[in-house]
Amino acid sequence: MALAKRIIPCLDCDKGRVVKGVKFVDIRDAGDPVEVAKRYCEEGADEITFLDITASHEDRATTVDTVRAIAGQVFIPLTVGGGIRKLEDIRTMLNAGADKVAINTAAVSNPEFVREAAARFGSQCTVVAVDAKQVSSKDDSLKWEIFTHGGRNSTGLDAIDWVKRMVDCGAGEILLTSMDRDGTKIGFDLALNKTVSQAVQVPIIASGGVGNLEHLAEGVLVGEADAVLAASIFHFGEYSIAEAKKYMASKGIEIRL
Amino acid sequence: MNKVAVIDYGMGNLHSVAKAVEHVGYELGEGTEVHVTPDPKIIAAADRVIFPGVGAIRDCMAEIKRLNVGHIVGEAMKTKPVLAICVGMQALMQHSEENDGVNCLGFMKGQVKYFGDNLIDKNSQRLKVPHMGWNEVKQTQQHSLWRDVPDNSRFYFVHSYYVKADDSEKITGTTNYGTEIVATLAADNIFATQFHPEKSQTVGLTMLRNFLQWDGQN
Repeated sequence: MALAKRIIPCLDCDKGRVVKGVKFVDIRDAGDPVEVAKRYCEEGADEITFLDITASHEDRATTVDTVRAIAGQVFIPLTVGGGIRKLEDIRTMLNAGADKVAINTAAVSNPEFVREAAARFGSQCTVVAVDAKQVSSKDDSLKWEIFTHGGRNSTGLDAIDWVKRMVDCGAGEILLTSMDRDGTKIGFDLALNKTVSQAVQVPIIASGGVGNLEHLAEGVLVGEADAVLAASIFHFGEYSIAEAKKYMASKGIEIRL
Repeated sequence: MNKVAVIDYGMGNLHSVAKAVEHVGYELGEGTEVHVTPDPKIIAAADRVIFPGVGAIRDCMAEIKRLNVGHIVGEAMKTKPVLAICVGMQALMQHSEENDGVNCLGFMKGQVKYFGDNLIDKNSQRLKVPHMGWNEVKQTQQHSLWRDVPDNSRFYFVHSYYVKADDSEKITGTTNYGTEIVATLAADNIFATQFHPEKSQTVGLTMLRNFLQWDGQN
């Protein structure tokens, strides 16, 4: 009897549509995040993460509607990220039915925002999303730095120090993306994950680089992640969530089957 | 018409639980009306009441006191089925360690305690806090809300503090996270869950459906 490791499919949405492509043969509208979320839920996803990559402010209203529609039909936890900058944004998403919000850039520009969010809404719904990239260090030890804007902007912040600081501010969970691995399909940055996971008390979601089921299992067994997030391997029907869970269970990982 | 009042005292996400109840009510095919409200009159007129709660206990208790929610819940418990969820369950206890110690409603005997910073499992593996995710719930007593829910089903938990109940006969379900903890409690008209049935997919919805049909007896 133990807590299960979680598998979290991630939907990147622009103007209310899933981007990065989803190819399911048997759903009506593969671009509709509600349809896609329902499908993942039925397959046994443990949570859904919805990342809003809509650039313009006007289109954010669409996002709120989409979150509301997903929450009305999917009865597993829903995390919403992208454009969470003010307490009001969090309130809006929670009212629309999100269970957690992921804060990224706004945390870097104002770390106190995370403290305020956790104080107002609780750590249980305050996820800090961290984009880390390996950088060279003086003594050959492994070192990662926080980047923003999809890995383009360096912040000079050491990733491990940053994560610890975010947890001190009240982050209840860390969504950790390796910018070196994101989109590569060569597997998670396991060293990064393990180092972060051991540095803090809160759960870590590993993200960035999943290309096959072995990568998911490694994320837990080697990277010591509490949850693994992936997008493309599920979107393109390469693997179903059910297959991923069966595989992870066969590796001795505690899974909700 | 089955009228369900979800007590809104300004703490957190009530949309999820309201939507889930509407969903199972619709499936049951009988009229279900869900009101998310702080209004004592609407709550008094409801057939059943849900007492949710997320966030920090001090803020929750402050709002509970300000809006006289304790009285409302206490009255509801006398006459109709009440479902308390997560911090809602913790608020029923006598006292919580969270926020340097907060007195709670005292409707049930027991304390709310912190998991601790050095929590380990039986194999000495470190356990993260909060306890977040899907854990197995052992049904330690029969109850109407367990109908059609397989024993040891996984439910979604997210909490850093847990209930230690004094009356073991009121514990209806347990889970294990470093230590055996209370997953559900029941007494008279009330059923309380540490996990979130509204987020626990099929098994959670089954419990909510059972709650809609529960007469408040065991």
